Amino acid sequence: MRSKLVFGIALAFAAASQAAAPALAQKQGGTLRIYHRDNLPSGSIHEEATISTVQPFMGVFNNLVVYDQQKPLNTPETIVPDLADSWAWDATNTKLTFKLHQGVKWHDGKPFTAKDVQCTWNKLTGKDPDDFRKNPRAIWWHNLKEVTVNGDYEVTFVLNRPQPSFLSLFASGYTPVYPCHVSTKDMRTNPIGTGPFKFVEFKRGDTVKFARNPDYFKKGKPHVDAIEWKVIENRSTRILAFVAGEFDMTFGTDVTIPLLKDVNSQAPKAVCEVAPTYVSINLIINPKTAPFNDPKIRKAMALALDRKAFIDILSNGKDDIAGVMLPPPEGKWGMPPEVLQTLPGYAADVEKSRAEARKIMEGLGYSEAKPLPVKVSTRNIAVYRDPAVILIDQLKKVHIAGELDVVDTSIWHAKVTRGEYSVGLNLTGVSVDDPDVNLYENYSCNSERNLTKYCNKEVDALIDKQSQELDVEKRKQIVWEIERKLAEDLARPIISYQRSATCWQPYVKGFVLHHNSIYNNWRYEDVWLDK
Amino acid sequence: MGAYIARRLLLMLVTLIGMSMLIFVMLRLVPGNITDIIFDSAGFVNPAAKKKIEHQLGLDQPIAVQYVNWIGGLMRGDLGYAYVSEKPAIDEILPRIPVTAKLAGLALVFATLFGVPLGVVSAVRQNTTLDYVLRVISLSGLSLPSFWLGLLILMAFVQFLGWIPIYKSNPASVWEEIALLSIPAAAVGFRSSALVMRLTRSSMLEVLRQDYIRTARAKGASETSVNYDHALRNAVLPVVTIIGIEAAFLIGGLIVTETVFNIPGVARFLVEAIRWRDYPIVQNLVMFIAVIVVFVNFIVDLLYVVLDPRIKYEG
Repeated sequence: MRSKLVFGIALAFAAASQAAAPALAQKQGGTLRIYHRDNLPSGSIHEEATISTVQPFMGVFNNLVVYDQQKPLNTPETIVPDLADSWAWDATNTKLTFKLHQGVKWHDGKPFTAKDVQCTWNKLTGKDPDDFRKNPRAIWWHNLKEVTVNGDYEVTFVLNRPQPSFLSLFASGYTPVYPCHVSTKDMRTNPIGTGPFKFVEFKRGDTVKFARNPDYFKKGKPHVDAIEWKVIENRSTRILAFVAGEFDMTFGTDVTIPLLKDVNSQAPKAVCEVAPTYVSINLIINPKTAPFNDPKIRKAMALALDRKAFIDILSNGKDDIAGVMLPPPEGKWGMPPEVLQTLPGYAADVEKSRAEARKIMEGLGYSEAKPLPVKVSTRNIAVYRDPAVILIDQLKKVHIAGELDVVDTSIWHAKVTRGEYSVGLNLTGVSVDDPDVNLYENYSCNSERNLTKYCNKEVDALIDKQSQELDVEKRKQIVWEIERKLAEDLARPIISYQRSATCWQPYVKGFVLHHNSIYNNWRYEDVWLDK
Repeated sequence: MGAYIARRLLLMLVTLIGMSMLIFVMLRLVPGNITDIIFDSAGFVNPAAKKKIEHQLGLDQPIAVQYVNWIGGLMRGDLGYAYVSEKPAIDEILPRIPVTAKLAGLALVFATLFGVPLGVVSAVRQNTTLDYVLRVISLSGLSLPSFWLGLLILMAFVQFLGWIPIYKSNPASVWEEIALLSIPAAAVGFRSSALVMRLTRSSMLEVLRQDYIRTARAKGASETSVNYDHALRNAVLPVVTIIGIEAAFLIGGLIVTETVFNIPGVARFLVEAIRWRDYPIVQNLVMFIAVIVVFVNFIVDLLYVVLDPRIKYEG
């Protein structure tokens, strides 16, 4: 209750300060300098599932609709027009029609029309011969039957069945509209959009540059002349560079809670905001390898988890204990703590759970003297390795002797997809706080991003059921029922949801950090420099 | 001499062919390929799409065919296309070479300018306080990891000057570029200078005990003349060898220094390309480095003749 109150006050304060912001005259010009944490794979947002691409490139594009860049929470109520001026559902709730803004031009001067929208979704649904090389969010559009155009400025999405959250999918930073006339290959290396910033150049491992689009259809925007990203892979160097004033902003969410203390003390004037990332730390267990095909062992592992210890060590207690959905107050669909504690493996009395786990293990012939040896695989990145080490320590308490198996980061997903692991420690990001995104992507039988290949037809049916439920409260109850089943099945148990900080210099104005997604607020069209 | 040079050139060619085969095979022994990495940033792997990309990139061809294609391209000056950026590999590699060359050159200059004179001083003033101080400094140079030294330098600059000397893509002038590169060059050259200093010292000490040095002193030559004209000239041969070797091995130190100081050079790029299994970049870059190493060693061998007239190479 107290956290809700604090959160409410914080949001009210944020809203008030945003309301006050327009009173200041927005200055035009200047270059926004931001560092990038790693070498981004490509400029094609549709082909990637990483903030490394969406953060620099979201400003090149527009969506049909977008989450309000000036409001910290992404909800259906904060969806605002972008390339679409308006939208409407038909009476059957299976046809969503968008009226498009007229006079919009692509960065190469060609006009934007409804055909471009149709093209984009034809590529996403595999109907275009020049389809994407990889399509990580194909599952988002599984309910889309077809896209029809009516003239140059009206487009209709026809669904197989009602899906109330369908509009939310369009508002994500991951859902830009692509031009028909540019190949998917060129979109990776030289993307063309309608957005506030034109792509200028990408020097691999060095810089990514964008220039103001003078023909942007939202008059008066953007305010800065250019955005320059500099790739600095070494974290110490980039944080020092921000402290020294070399950059106006940090890469989003790059400042971890332990690092935040350093930034605050060395750059006391910098504005730093901590927010949930909607990136979970989760345990993956391969049910196809012995002895983990025995549900009793998987249950013992889940009972060994002390989530509070994880978050105390990793984030000084700032991260959130959670189920599959982001917990309140920022998350709309997650369970409150009192309900969460009723899920298997979430009991407050960890010692009691561990005693139960030991009993299970002893029943299977394991003991302190003869523990079950297991390799705990994880990516060779600190954010993965650190929790994996804690996990090994916790498993030891229930007669499981873990050994850290550090996997070269570039082949992590390939290994997991091939099932070449027994137990793993993984991180999973969710871009829209909606069950359709999280549940379909990570737990449905047909999703390619369902890393563990967890498949329960009963859960799939429930996912479909919640997806078409129009009543929000009823839908939430179904989502919680799914949460319970996933916890019982030990489908990728969530250990915690991370929080981290994004910092910017005090003269950077007009930027609002989103509090329930790290993928949707990087348009930068409202950002200006007060210097 | 001519026959020796011809023989060495032939040996260099054989070495480079061997290197090319080694690089090619070893790279493919590393688990995973570019298609795994391409899919990694999408958080999943689609086996059918993966196969399609492998076919497009020619990765499904027999390894011998891939090797011949690469060497054939290399002969024609075609380095192929970088897998990640989908740009010609030459366009990715070429702009980075001058950056690393300048950095390595400055580091070597630093190593030589500090290492040789201080080594001489240390030898001439053997067992004095100055000698002890210089030996401690040289020992620290050998023991301090360059990434740690680099970070210390960065922290000191930020703390005391409020400025960070990281690389800028478009420096305003040559002098700004030299100033920006000299700090990382010092960080990476410190270790080499320590090595050069210790070797100069020990080599000098050995020479200073020779009869001809005593003779030079007996003839009334000044100390400066004895130390620099008579002793250093004869002591410098192993030092030249070690500078040559250091020039070749500098790439190891540069990887770390380029990362810490965020310099977009070939050393850091090579590591990244290995991580991404970007074969065209790795193969061509490693070959380029191999050519440099082999060539520098060849030059060093030829320098011996210039520095010591007693050395003669026979066919």
